Formats: sequence, structure tokens, C-alpha cells
Amino acid sequence: MPIYTQLAFLRTTQSSLALVFCSQILVWSMGWTLFILLVVLTVVHGNPTMTVRTGSGPTVGFDQHPNSVPLGEDIQTTTEGESEVVEEVMTTGVLNPSHYPARRAATVVQHYLNTRYGSPYRWIFFSTVHSGSSEDVAEMGRKYQLELTVQEMISNVSGQCSAELFFPEGEGQSAPQVQASCEGLHQSNTTAQEEAFYQQHRASNNLVSGNNIPDSYGHVEPSMKPFWQLGGVASSFIMLRESNESTLYNMAQVANFTQLETEKDQLRFNYHVLLHEMISQEIIHWKLLVTWSPEQGVQVLQTELQPKCHHCEAPPNTTN
Amino acid sequence: MMMLGLGSVGLVLLSLAVQSGHGAQDSAVWSREETTERNYYTRYHNMSEITAWMEQMKRENPDVVSSMVYGQTYERRNITLLKIGLSSTGRKKAIWMDCGIHAREWIAPAFCQYFVREILRTYKTDTKVNEMMKNLDFYITPVLNVDGYIYSWHNESTRLWRKSRSPGTGGCTCYGTDLNRNFYANWGMVGVSTDCCFETYCGTKALSESEAWAVTDMLGKMREDILAFLTIHSYGQLILVPYGHPNISAPNYDELMEVGLGAAKAIKAVHGMDYTVGTSPDVLYANSGSSRDFARLIGIPLSFTFELRDKGEHGFELPEDQIQPTCEEAYAGAQHIITYTHDKAFYSYAATVRATLWTTLLAAWVSSATLP
Repeated sequence: MPIYTQLAFLRTTQSSLALVFCSQILVWSMGWTLFILLVVLTVVHGNPTMTVRTGSGPTVGFDQHPNSVPLGEDIQTTTEGESEVVEEVMTTGVLNPSHYPARRAATVVQHYLNTRYGSPYRWIFFSTVHSGSSEDVAEMGRKYQLELTVQEMISNVSGQCSAELFFPEGEGQSAPQVQASCEGLHQSNTTAQEEAFYQQHRASNNLVSGNNIPDSYGHVEPSMKPFWQLGGVASSFIMLRESNESTLYNMAQVANFTQLETEKDQLRFNYHVLLHEMISQEIIHWKLLVTWSPEQGVQVLQTELQPKCHHCEAPPNTTN
Repeated sequence: MMMLGLGSVGLVLLSLAVQSGHGAQDSAVWSREETTERNYYTRYHNMSEITAWMEQMKRENPDVVSSMVYGQTYERRNITLLKIGLSSTGRKKAIWMDCGIHAREWIAPAFCQYFVREILRTYKTDTKVNEMMKNLDFYITPVLNVDGYIYSWHNESTRLWRKSRSPGTGGCTCYGTDLNRNFYANWGMVGVSTDCCFETYCGTKALSESEAWAVTDMLGKMREDILAFLTIHSYGQLILVPYGHPNISAPNYDELMEVGLGAAKAIKAVHGMDYTVGTSPDVLYANSGSSRDFARLIGIPLSFTFELRDKGEHGFELPEDQIQPTCEEAYAGAQHIITYTHDKAFYSYAATVRATLWTTLLAAWVSSATLP
């Protein structure tokens, strides 16, 4: 029960009991006074009163300039390409597990784990950060340490991981370096499924392809699921490489994929994936050449960034 | 004397029970007639379907539902809200909810539809919902960014559109402004792009977009009456409190966090999903010009952004079989906030004492009339 209702109960009970006894005396001596009070209350009982808004913030008429605080000295504005991103001074020391530095770092660990262990039947996402810390490494970058829970999405098995990351800074930013060890993930036994999938698609007489996975309604055809998952794992290679402390990547969709001829016992695919970068909110198109076998795991041989299609944005000829 | 005392106490206690009784929360018991209706709320709907649905809600509930066109989009379409509440003679306090400010976040309009259906379904039988419908009006905009939403339905390649559909200016040939960066709340300061080709483009100036202007105008007219402002987005499973600028704190930050955490707890109780609560700069990223910030800035005390499911596996393309569970948990979260807001306003000390005095005097009058 909300606190205000509890208070209401308490206050009401106390005051009502007191009032009852007082009213006994009133009844006998002030009949007319009571009648007048009743009338007054009926008139007054309109809208209930609002509790006073204490400190309702700077009152801003929206025809005036809003109350704005000048940027403090500890905020630097940097320009990355055409977009302005504010890089705040990252906290060093103990990390708040629900704040963004820990969550971004955990996502990087997720990408790393997929590059190492992912497959068409093993796709890992982080669920929770339990604790973490970060530390500046003078003029080189920042180091993170995290304890987190991850989950394998197909089997629903979760694992506890300890990870260390290093985000290098400076010119020509290179990919973050990650080390992680997890307990519990190996419980998901995918060998049989992977082997069956591999054998099914290994012969090159029936090459598969697909597009828009998931579709606009979030639907993934069951037969397309392993290809979607493989796309997610392959995307992790790019997402890991492109990640820094100011990014948060997820794969939004497999725009399309085409199976190529099997080579050297590896299934081969061309993938066109759409990555969603959360901080800029951009959808970034990448083309990948991906190989996989149960033995060799997922490998990404080529990646190619696709330019944004600006002329694609013009209004279609629809009326609605 | 004793009999009078007991009688009066009894009447007072009775009045207390009636005043603050919580109806048992209706569990979702579906009759056979509702099956088709149930299927409706487990699918995504395009703009003409949602428009038809709004008409249906008005038709089926004429005494509690009305609609209001409060603005126009760039492409000259109506921006419509549903006003839901039991009619009263006086001016009522209000709850504001908008969905679909970002076109690709399809689960958000689905939630607004679910929310409307749920309060209409339960207000006659659930005492608490009934009380809130009596004391409050709900102003619900199922799709704010109508142009963008329609565009996202055009074909598979437009599905991930986010912004409005106004053309770029000054030689910039791309389309759209991020409506949630276009409000007059520290506009243009942080977490925005000044290039019209980017997704967080904040516009040529604050309120350059007619959609943002429409909301600003409505909130301005109603600001004395709005108790809570909820704006629904996806994805990420977050409840965000003002402000988006890292250097500015809302004066009632503690209250916002307490209520937000309560909402997250209510959400988790439904299907076990974790929603993280905090300011945007703390848990997600810094940003400015958001509608949530604007609402808080003009004095609406409780202002929240909901980021619904999921956490990246499907992202914006949440499967339809997750619409119902997502809406159920979000409804629990929203109800927590709305109940808090309502009780804070209507269970103030003054209101309770007045009600008690009234009842006590009534009891005294009754007893004086029955005495020989």
C-alpha cells in the first residue's frame, strides 16, 4: 500500500476518534453550529487539494530561454566526423553495475565471448553486471575488471564470468582487448545440433539464402534461426573491433545472407547485417564474408562498411 | 452515551474502508467473446488500424473516452490523443502518456493501445482503477510521430526509421529530425547531432518540428493539472528519470528514483524482467531536448521515459509473441507510478480530515435525530 494511503489511515484514525468524543458534547450544545458547518463543507468540498510541489525546478516559460547550466569544466565536447559526442570523464575506481560504463564494458565482453564461443547454436548475451572497477593507464587507455552473468540464448544456460578489458586511447584507436573466463556456459551441449546443421548444408547442391531476419514483426522462420544466430555471432567480430567506451552495439537485423560454395570443409556465407549503435542511434550497414564449421568455429574473413544511402530517404509515393 | 460513541466510531471506520479500499486487481480472465479482441492486442498495427481503433474505443465507451486532435505532423496528418476518464463538473488532474515518438519502436504504440484497453476493461470492476478514472483524466497519444511510423511500415528497408519526416534544410539533403532532441529543454547541448543526416539530429532550432510543438503546446495549456508524464520507447529495459544533461539534477531526484525503482520492482514481479532505473546520463547516455526533460522543467513532478523490451537480441523488431508479456509488465510499472501520483494528490491530509469531519458530523446528526 503506498505510503500516502498508510499515512491517511493513521492520521484519520487518530483524528477521527478525538473528533468523535468532542462531537458528543457539541451535539448537545451547538446544534445550529453543526448545521452551518455541514453546509459550509458541502460548498467547500470541491477539488481535493494538491500537496505543495516543493521545489518544482526552474520554472521555464517556453517562450523564454530555458534555464541552462553552462557546461562544467569537466565536460569535453569532441567532434567525431559530423556528429558531436560529449565524452565525460569516466569514473575510475569502483563501478556502479547499473551505470553505463559497466554496461558498455559488459556488452564488449559479450561480443568477445561470441567471437570465441559463438556458433549457429550458441549466441551469448550479458544479463547482469555484479561488480566492476576501472583504472586509468597513464596515456595508454583504461582498464576494466568486471564480474557479470551472461546467458546463452538458445539453451537458456547462464554463466558467471570474470573479465578484464583494456580500451586503448589515442590516434588510430584500435580494438579493445578482452580476456574472460566463464563458468557454466559449457553446459549447453550443442555438438549434435551443430553437426546435423553442418552436414545438412555442407553439400553445395542446395545453397541457402534469406533476408530480413527478423522481419518487421520480429518474426524469424524456424529454418532461418541458425542463420540469424550465425549472423549475430559474425557481427560480434565487427562489434568487438569497433567498440570503445562511447559505443554500445547490437545487431539489429540480418538484411540478407547468401550461402556460397563450401570451401576447405567450411560453410561460407556472404552476410549483409545492420548494426544498431545505441549512443548515436545509427544503423550501420556491414557486409561480411563468414565461414563456419563445428571444428573451426566462426571466422570472419572480410568486412566491408556500407555507406549510408541518403537518397534512399526521399518520401515514397504513398498517401495515407 | 456508549451506544452513540460506538455508532459514530463504526460509521467513521466504515467511511475509511470505503474511501481507501483497494479493489482486488482483476486477473486476466478471458471470456470466449474476448478471444478475437485478445488476438488484436498481440499484433502490431499500422496507422490506419490504430486510427480505426481509436474510433472504436470512443464508440464503445462514449461516456469515458473522447479524442482530441492537438497538432499536425510535417506531412499534415493529425496528431490525436484519447482522453479517458469519468466525466466530472470540475477541472480534473491529468496523467499524460505518449507512445511512438520514435517510429521504429513499434512496441510503444502497442503498449499505449494495451494500456487504454486495460483501463477500459477494468474501471467498472476494479475499485482502484475506478477511483483513478473518477479523479483523473488520462491523456494518451498512441502514435506521436505519425509520419515516421507510417514510413516505417512502408517496406522492409524503412522499418528502422527513427525521426520525423521533415526534409533537411540549408543544403542538407537527408530527412527527419529526432523529435526527442527537439524540445525546449537544454536544446542542442549534449547528445545531439547538428547534421540532418544523423539519427539524433536536433533540428534547426528547438521546436522546429510541428510534432514537438504540438506536445509543448498541450503540456503548456495543461501544466497545472498534469501530475505525471510518461513517454514510451524501446529498447533497453530501462526507466529513465530527468534530466538528460549530466550536470543538472531534478529537485525531486530522490522521489523520482524511489518511484522509478518501485515501478521496476512491479515490472519484475510480472515476468521476472530486469529494468534498470536512473538518469539517462547515468545508465544510458547524456542527451538534451527530450520531452521527458521538458515536462519536468515546466513543473510536472513525475516524468519518466520507459524503454521497453528487449536488451538487444531482437532490438526494435520485438517478436509479436512478446507484445503481451511486455505490455503486462509495463502496465504494472506504469500503474505503480500512476497510483503513487494519484494517492499523493488525493490522499493529502487536508482531504482526509475534511472527509472525516464530514462523516463524524453526519454520525452526530444521525444520533441526535434518533435520541428521544
